Parts: sequence; C-alpha cells; structure tokens
Amino acid sequence: MGKYILKRVGYMVLTMFIIATATFFLMKLMPGSPYANQAKMTTEQINIMNHQYGLDKPAYQQYWIYLVGLLHGDFGTSFQFNNQPVSYLIASRIGPSMQIGVQAIILGTLLGILLGAIAAIRKNTWVDTVATFFAIIGRSIPNFVFAVLLQFFLAFKLRIFPIALWEGFSSSILPTIALAMAPLATTARFMRTEMVDVLNSDYIELARAKGNTPWQTVAKHALRNSLIPVVTIIGPMAVDLMVGSMVVENIFSIPGIGDQFVKSITTNDYPTIMGLTLLYSFMLVVVILIVDILYGLIDPRIRLSGSEGSN
Amino acid sequence: MAEQTNQIKLNKNSFNKVGANDVDEQEKISAPSLTFLQDAIRRLKKNKAAIISLWLLVIIIMISIISIWWTPSDPNAQHVAYANLPPKIANGIPGFTGKASVGGEIVDKYAQANVPKGTYYVLGTDYLGRDLFSRLMKGVALSLLIGMLATLFDLVIGIPYGIISGWKGGRTDTIMQRIIEIISSIPNLVVVILMLLLFTPGLGSIVVAMGITGWITMARLVRAETLTLKSQEYVLAARTLGESSFKIAIKHLIPNLSSTIIIQTMFSIPTAIFFEAFLSFIGIGIPAPNASLGTLLSDGQKTFRFLPYQMWYPAAAISIIMIAFNLLADGLRDAFDPKASE
Repeated sequence: MGKYILKRVGYMVLTMFIIATATFFLMKLMPGSPYANQAKMTTEQINIMNHQYGLDKPAYQQYWIYLVGLLHGDFGTSFQFNNQPVSYLIASRIGPSMQIGVQAIILGTLLGILLGAIAAIRKNTWVDTVATFFAIIGRSIPNFVFAVLLQFFLAFKLRIFPIALWEGFSSSILPTIALAMAPLATTARFMRTEMVDVLNSDYIELARAKGNTPWQTVAKHALRNSLIPVVTIIGPMAVDLMVGSMVVENIFSIPGIGDQFVKSITTNDYPTIMGLTLLYSFMLVVVILIVDILYGLIDPRIRLSGSEGSN
Repeated sequence: MAEQTNQIKLNKNSFNKVGANDVDEQEKISAPSLTFLQDAIRRLKKNKAAIISLWLLVIIIMISIISIWWTPSDPNAQHVAYANLPPKIANGIPGFTGKASVGGEIVDKYAQANVPKGTYYVLGTDYLGRDLFSRLMKGVALSLLIGMLATLFDLVIGIPYGIISGWKGGRTDTIMQRIIEIISSIPNLVVVILMLLLFTPGLGSIVVAMGITGWITMARLVRAETLTLKSQEYVLAARTLGESSFKIAIKHLIPNLSSTIIIQTMFSIPTAIFFEAFLSFIGIGIPAPNASLGTLLSDGQKTFRFLPYQMWYPAAAISIIMIAFNLLADGLRDAFDPKASE
C-alpha cells in the first residue's frame, strides 16, 4: 500500500510539472498584451513595465523563475486587479468557492443517496419512475440553466432568497442548489444500480431470514455495501463542481475563484490564469488520488491494480 | 430408500419412444432468429422515452438543416426600432399576443413600435431588434454541429487510440495511458479555455479544444474492451492464420466494440453541446453577432426582470435537446448492452 501511494504521488508531481510547463509556454504563445492601454504607452514605459514584471528576460529564464516561485507558493503578480500577488488574490477568494462547493457536494450526495436508495427499494414502482425522472433531469439540464431558473423563480418572483451578491449564508443557498443538481443526479443513478445489486445478494437474504425488519436490513447491510462504489464517482463530481462554480459564481456575482478565472481570461491576466489553472489541476489530482486510496482502504475485496503490478 | 423404490411402479407405458427423426414441439424455434442489431432495435423500440426522444431529435435536426438555407428573417439583421418586442403569432394565441405589461398596464408593443400589420415575431425580438426565433434556430443548429464534431473526434481519435493502446500493450500502452492520464487530470474546461486563449474565440478554437480532450473517455473504454477481446480465441485464430493487426482491428475488434462505440458516442454528444453552451454563456465561446444557445440564454438572463420571454425559449431549447439526447443514450445503452442495465 505504502509503495503504491508513493508511486501515485510520484506520478502526481510529474503531472503537475507537465501542466505547469504546458500552461507557462501556452501563455507565452498567447496573443494580446497584458497592458490595458498599450497603444497609449511609449516604448520606454513598456520597457519599464516589462522589466518590472520580468518580461524582458529570455523565456527559459522566466520559466525557471516561475518554477522556483511555484515551489515557494509564489504564483507571480496579477497584471490586473491592483497588481496583487496571485496567491493573495486566490487566498482572498477561495472561501466563498469552497463554502459553496462543500455545501453542494454534501447536499447533492446525501439527497442522491436517499433518492437512489428509495428508488432501488421501491424498484419498478411509480416511486422509482419519479426518482429516475429527477435523476435524468438533474443530469441533462445544464447547471447554468438551473442557476438562471432558480434566480428567476426563487429570488426574483418569490423573493425568498437574495438575487445575487455574497452576504452571508442565505446568499449561498441558491448557488448551492444549482451546483448540487449534477452530483445529486449522478449519485442517485449510481446508488440505485448498486443498491438493486446488493438487495439481490445472499447476505441480504440472510439478514431478512434472521428476522430483521426491512428498515434494519437496508440501513445496516444494504446501504453500507452500496456506498462503496459511490466513492469512485467523487472524482468526476469534483470536476463538475469546479466547472460549474465558474458559471454559477458568475450568475450570482459571488466573489469566488471561478468568477475570478472567467474575469482573468477576459482581461488577459496571464499570471492569474496560470495560478488558477494549476490550482484547479492540483485539487483535481489530489481528489483523484484520495479517492483511489480510500477505495482500496474501505473495500478489502479490491486490490489496487498498481500494487499488484509492481510486485 | 428401499421402501420408496418399491412404491413407484413403472411399466412399459410409462415411457415414450423417441426416435432420431421425431421432431419434438419443444425443439422447434418459435421466434425468428435475430441478429444482434435487430435484437437491439427491438429492445430500443420497447423503450418509449427513448423513441419519443429519437423522434424529437429527428424533428430538431430537420429544423436545423432547414435553418442552413432558410430562417423566418435574417438572424443577425438589426431593426433597433423593433427592439424587445414580445412573442406574437398572427392570430394571437395566449402568450403570443404581442402585448406586454408595462408598469401594470397591458400595452400592445407592436402598435407602439409601429410594426406593419403583417409582420410578427413568433418568439419576439431581442434588444437589437433581431428575430429571436431565427436566432434560436441557428443556435440549435450550431449545438447539433458541435455534437456531430464531437462524435467525429470520438471516431477518428478515440477509437484508433484505444485500439492501438490496448492491442500493442507493453511500453506503448504505458506511454499512451500516461498521456491520457495527464490530459484528463487537467480539468476539461481548463484545456478548453487555454485553447480559446491561444486561438481567437470562435467555433474553430472550441473544435480544437474538443479535439484535445473530447475523445479521452472513448479511448479508455475502447482500450479496456480491446484488452478483453485480445485474448479471445477468434482473435488468436486470426493471428495464427497470419492476419495483419490492422485487418484484425477492422474485421474482428471494431464489430465487437460496436455497442461500446455507439453508446459512448451518444453520451459524448450532450457533453459537447453542454460545453459549447457553457463557454458561450460565460462569453468566451461563439463571438457576437452569431447566435448560440449559450449566448441567447446569457442575454436573456441579463434582462429577465423585464423581458422573461427572452430567457424561456433558449432555456427550454437547450433543456429539451439535452434531455432527449440523454434519454436516447440511456435507451441505446439498455438496448445494446442489456447486461449493464440489470
């Protein structure tokens, strides 16, 4: 196990290095100038600015400085947004994103597990049909459509929630719901398939034969075993959440990193784009690693393919 | 034991004589034998949701094809005098009367704007007076085009990549898998956005970005399947007979991969449609003035307090397309891979 984790971490570092390199050189190739009013600036001014940001050095030196900086947690200085360091910019904006993301994943998975389990227990009844229908709706309709509809009905028409901005918990509710739809649908779908499988197995039969009530059987035996494979979909769900956060934060004007990413792209703010790209990739790689390790730990039946291969 | 055997009395009449030429009722094949494809189509036809989706998509595709040559009016032509007109149909069905409430009063917007009597806009006009129905038609057509291109990448890159990786094995496989791992560990959207930055935003860069990331899932599935197929006896037989790898891939692997390919293709279409709409929604997709479902929805969202109709139709269109594709994909999966759905 230890060997396996070490190997995986090694690959993770390699992946991150490649991503860092790729983003750096892509940014170098990019058209457009980082300065908003370059047309009005004299050559001298541009030279001074280039020197200040280290843009006058050859590309390989910039690359080296960039890599060394990364190891120190220095993502460079933003070209926009009052020339703040990118790391500071990210730190000040990651809070709302994290809050919404965590809330959404908790809400989505819990409701999804519930919905999937109910659908499986009441298989082939109208309950199942309704649950499946909701799962398909949740999976099909894009999160930004959900976000817009929620904003229109619950915030604008009924005035239950704030329409936008970031003022306390109540303004996090609508974005959370909009983001939670996709994880909810995915979990419900997965849960139903697994649960149907588990409910047909011998140990459930045994649990019933021992005189457990249906409720006890489900809660104690079926639910736990159905949950194991659900762990594997946390990775893809994390990706969905990151992507979703960009547009949902944009719609609800939430000062998070997703909104920042979109803004940075439209303003050619290279260092911020690079920093956020690395951050997103890093989070994703870590989530996938954790999920793989967790999966091996909670289900002893599963042998990690990596540890088998290396022996 | 002994007691029991004594109780059962058997004589000659207890047995039937079965001759080699006797054809038993049970031995007859009652139903015509079906090929795999026929069987799959039979199962698909039983799935009402999938069939309805299929017809819905056929209609949508037809409308999109028509939109290449004909739309009610030029989707990009601006008539600023006719800006923000509500939906209206000739006879005025409720909801399509061309009237809107302004400050609590119902006003005939068409009369206010002095629109000639014969002219009406089925889904209204936007803030530049462009016909929203024509724009919606163009937007849907664009979404379907993106979906088609996604399947193209699946077929042209994903399948060969997966087959080569699985078939060659060894070092080739390791390297190819490492490449996939690296590409897929960058969030899809980040790749797309980086590509959009490198090239100017537009259809071209979205397509390039999809070309980089879109085929990964297909390649993975095809590789996994190829690994199983590789060790099948018929493949071994073909190899022993000296068949070239390329011919084995074409004649043996691809036919056996067909259900995986069909199912995955159907799932990658809605994914691609979502990406385009998403990018256009946040303003880095299809550039103005061209219409996309994403830009239409984003424009509608900005004015939904006063002109909600501008939001309804693009939102409905994208939802219907996505649901239909997903239901059809589900149906196809159940039809082509009945084991997986049980």
